[in-house]
Amino acid sequence: MKLLAIETATDACSCALVLGEEREQRFEVAPRRHSGLVLGMASELLDLAGVPLSALDAIAFGRGPGSFTGVRIATAVAQGLGLAADLPLVPVSSLAALALAAARRGGGGAVLAAFDARMDEVYWGAFDTRDPAAAIPDGEERVVAPACVPLPPRGGWLGAGEGWSVHGDVLLARLKGLVDAVDTKARPGAMEVAALAVGELRAGRACAPELARPVYLRDRVTRRPETKAGAAPRSEPS
Amino acid sequence: MPEIRAVRPERDGAAKRGRREARVSGALRDRELHALRVLGIETSCDETAAAVYDTDAGLLSHCLHSQAELHREYGGVVPELASRDHVAKLPLVVREALAGAGGASVDGVAYTVGPGLAGALLVGAATGRSLAFAWGVPALGVHHLEAHLLAPMLEPRPPAFPFLALLVSGGHTQLVRVGDPGEYEVLGESLDDAAGEAFDKTAALLGLPYPGGPALAALALEGDPARFRFPRPMTDRPGLDMSFSGLKTFALTTLRNEANDAPSRADVARAFEEAVVDTLLVKCRRALQQTGLSRLVVTGGVGANRRLRAAAGELGRELGVEVSYPRIELCTDNAAMVAYAGSLRLLAGESHDLDFTVRPRWPLDSLSPPAPRAAGSEQQPQAG
Repeated sequence: MKLLAIETATDACSCALVLGEEREQRFEVAPRRHSGLVLGMASELLDLAGVPLSALDAIAFGRGPGSFTGVRIATAVAQGLGLAADLPLVPVSSLAALALAAARRGGGGAVLAAFDARMDEVYWGAFDTRDPAAAIPDGEERVVAPACVPLPPRGGWLGAGEGWSVHGDVLLARLKGLVDAVDTKARPGAMEVAALAVGELRAGRACAPELARPVYLRDRVTRRPETKAGAAPRSEPS
Repeated sequence: MPEIRAVRPERDGAAKRGRREARVSGALRDRELHALRVLGIETSCDETAAAVYDTDAGLLSHCLHSQAELHREYGGVVPELASRDHVAKLPLVVREALAGAGGASVDGVAYTVGPGLAGALLVGAATGRSLAFAWGVPALGVHHLEAHLLAPMLEPRPPAFPFLALLVSGGHTQLVRVGDPGEYEVLGESLDDAAGEAFDKTAALLGLPYPGGPALAALALEGDPARFRFPRPMTDRPGLDMSFSGLKTFALTTLRNEANDAPSRADVARAFEEAVVDTLLVKCRRALQQTGLSRLVVTGGVGANRRLRAAAGELGRELGVEVSYPRIELCTDNAAMVAYAGSLRLLAGESHDLDFTVRPRWPLDSLSPPAPRAAGSEQQPQAG
């Protein structure tokens, strides 16, 4: 399986190239500099491997949730590459990639992944990562107030992601006794996106570039206009 | 599936003439020119557009998906919704444009990097730069207003340089001396609302759905030109700067103090449109006299306004000035003009590296003529 993967949903920007067992990644924590870095990373990896894009099987990308701008960068880059090289795209959950990254950092099997979603909410997902090449979702991903995250039926969870740094107190109070450890430094990387994409691709879950979409989770981003004509549109921060 | 408007351009040899123009223009003089086929992408506001321009064969295709419907209930463009729609629609629009051009390979990709909405620009820049990377062809980030200024070069009889351009749209109102491609001097601009913005806001006051500019113009046709007279802002003082936000307030006051029935709304629309057109023309006349230029180009979305076109034509006849406008679909935001502007710079050897950072604010007069160097090397990092 030959894949190029992109993940830019958080303040980390990364690209990974998977050629069978060979796996290489470029990863940098670079807030607001993803647009300057991501294609350079891809180019370096392909050059180093001496592989043209057209020799790959697919382009994988972190489809979110995460920063609106970030998930659009990953999606648009993947769309451009896929369209030009005539490759299918494999969308991968950025929360699942975070869960896998945390598990690989030595965290264990059951991960509660959280990004800060601002507006006093988190992007939230529970995953089983006992298989090192998978992050099996345990329930739906959602955007939710930290005090209202769904309660898992059992304990032994690892809390992962910067959502646990911003909302740690509230989350721990809500999940009292269910969480064994917290890793606030874990971030989703393209390597994890690639690892998850291999399974997705095998399962036939690839799509044409024009059908690839970010997953924002927060879909209400506007306030309904006032009835008064000419009322200024309001949008929430991305 | 989004509704995409594909336009089959006339093959009229305009491009060849345009190319001859480019050949004699300063920056490109004596440079060996090769034919280039350029994919252009435009996503700076609420139109998702792609086009293919060939420096020999001319415009091969241009496709556009308008988001107007999406933003209507908000009475204006909602940036986050615009960005979301661009990323959902652009690949399909690009595929349409490539298919419309016969599917042959392109030699370069040009995409708008500014000015405009940061998130919206980023979608086109990311997609465009990635396409170029994957194809292994040069890429170029285009200045949206340069593209508007050069749009008339896509017409069968393009104006010769230098010319005065009145660039009027929903986001910009500028009088620009265009000496050559890349040689722009902003002589005057709106200090507050753009003319198109004033049109849309006043249309909203009149109860017309967004974007109301064209609907306001239609309503104005039924209005009595003698009933109300609106001020001509900043025409009683020297200079070429303009102001349009007061006209919207004047319309509101008039509706409140006089009457707000259907005939009165038509009369207000008429008086408003005449005031905007008159003000623009006073400034055009002044700019033509100050600069001694003998050609006037009216471009940008408001350049589609019939009253403005007629008045500019009259001014031209009076002053002996040649007046031209791009056809309406090239006045409003489109990717054909982006492909064309990009092709000039790509031909001159300019290109961008793999960084697709956008420039939501990018002053027009910071541009220089096309030259073989890294375009935008002075680029400041922006949010992205």
